[in-house]
Amino acid sequence: MEDSLMHRKKRVLIAGALLMSATVISWLAFYVRANALQPEREIHITAKKFEFTPDTITLKKGEPVVLVLSSQDRKHGFNVRAFGIRADVDPGETARIRFTPNKTGKFTFSCDVFCGEGHEDMTGTIVVTE
Amino acid sequence: MGEMDRRGFIKLAGLGGGIVFASSLGLNTLGSVLDYASGYAGKKVEKEFYFVQLSDTHWGFSGPKVNPDAEGTLKKAVQVVNSLEEQPDFIVFTGDLTHTTDNVQVRKDRMAQFKDIAGQLKVPTVHFMAGEHDASLDRGDAYQQFFGKLNYTFDHKGVHFIVLDNVSDPGAIVGESQLNWLKADLQQQKTDARIVVLTHRPLFDLYPDWDWATRDGSAVIDALMPHKNVTVFYGHIHQEHHQMTGHIAHHSAKSLMFPLPAPGSVPKKAPIPWDASAPYKGLGLRNIEADVKQARYDIKELSLNGG
Repeated sequence: MEDSLMHRKKRVLIAGALLMSATVISWLAFYVRANALQPEREIHITAKKFEFTPDTITLKKGEPVVLVLSSQDRKHGFNVRAFGIRADVDPGETARIRFTPNKTGKFTFSCDVFCGEGHEDMTGTIVVTE
Repeated sequence: MGEMDRRGFIKLAGLGGGIVFASSLGLNTLGSVLDYASGYAGKKVEKEFYFVQLSDTHWGFSGPKVNPDAEGTLKKAVQVVNSLEEQPDFIVFTGDLTHTTDNVQVRKDRMAQFKDIAGQLKVPTVHFMAGEHDASLDRGDAYQQFFGKLNYTFDHKGVHFIVLDNVSDPGAIVGESQLNWLKADLQQQKTDARIVVLTHRPLFDLYPDWDWATRDGSAVIDALMPHKNVTVFYGHIHQEHHQMTGHIAHHSAKSLMFPLPAPGSVPKKAPIPWDASAPYKGLGLRNIEADVKQARYDIKELSLNGG
């Protein structure tokens, strides 16, 4: 009789522990999913004499992005002075710039490594919306 | 009678038109007699001299809507300088002597042609410096073959001239090595020395979105700041512009090929088209008269516009 009672109590305890564990695991899974880092949007930009492709990029204020830059011919530069970001863009390599626009508007980006006669025309625009 | 009339620096006859003078910054004109005065720090220095600045000649440029006389403008400028009744002590070319090209041989041909034309100047002393069009694609290799060092100093009648290279690195950088060279040179100068810096790009952030800056220019200015009497003459922006950074004055020169718009005045920088009703408008050269004792430079703009 006592054995049976003990056995029943043990089963209740185990069931309770399992239920609690399941609850904690579910909650943790939910928490992790909810708080996981948003995958940053990657924007690929190609540089070649004397243009960037694309030459207009639309971003959202507060949305983190990664600009992935490559060159098809020679060394170029990529500079967005409004956000204080720049990178050398060497052929055969990839430059990555991670940033989060913190203001809206239209902002010029340009090549800041002299690359020839059309260098000064090598510009583009970042449009940041709300 | 005006200062320039008195001095008769310019012989108007034979230039195919008049020459317009414009004194910049409202600087006072100087005394008219060349004499000697007791200089700063006990030195005996000549009171004044003058030199001519030419800039951004872009030899090899072609664009009839911008300058239909692309092959004649530099020659005309040489003629103007040679016609000055009183010749300057020396001449400086502050960069972009030639228009850029990817073709190495064409680059060298343009430099040779430019050198031939500049060689027609009567003044024997000419100091050259490079612009990005001359030197950025090959880190100054061809330029040095034709014109010598990219950075150097010279002294003239009590003024220490420093030629800085902010173009042979295509990233518009003076660079650590040259910066150390500059600092070592400045250490040899007294704090009240008369110092003139000649360079191509602006050393301050004039308008970086238009490439009108030197990436490490602030380090250069910091190095110059302990010296009380520093003036910078530069080119690159194809127009007259005057700015102070602290006590250091920066003066840009007009081009001898095409003018550019005022900083940020239009959405996209582009040469200002040729005005057939006013040929050579916006182009020009300047003479710079140094009052060594006062550490003052009187700038007179000379136009080629024939009217």
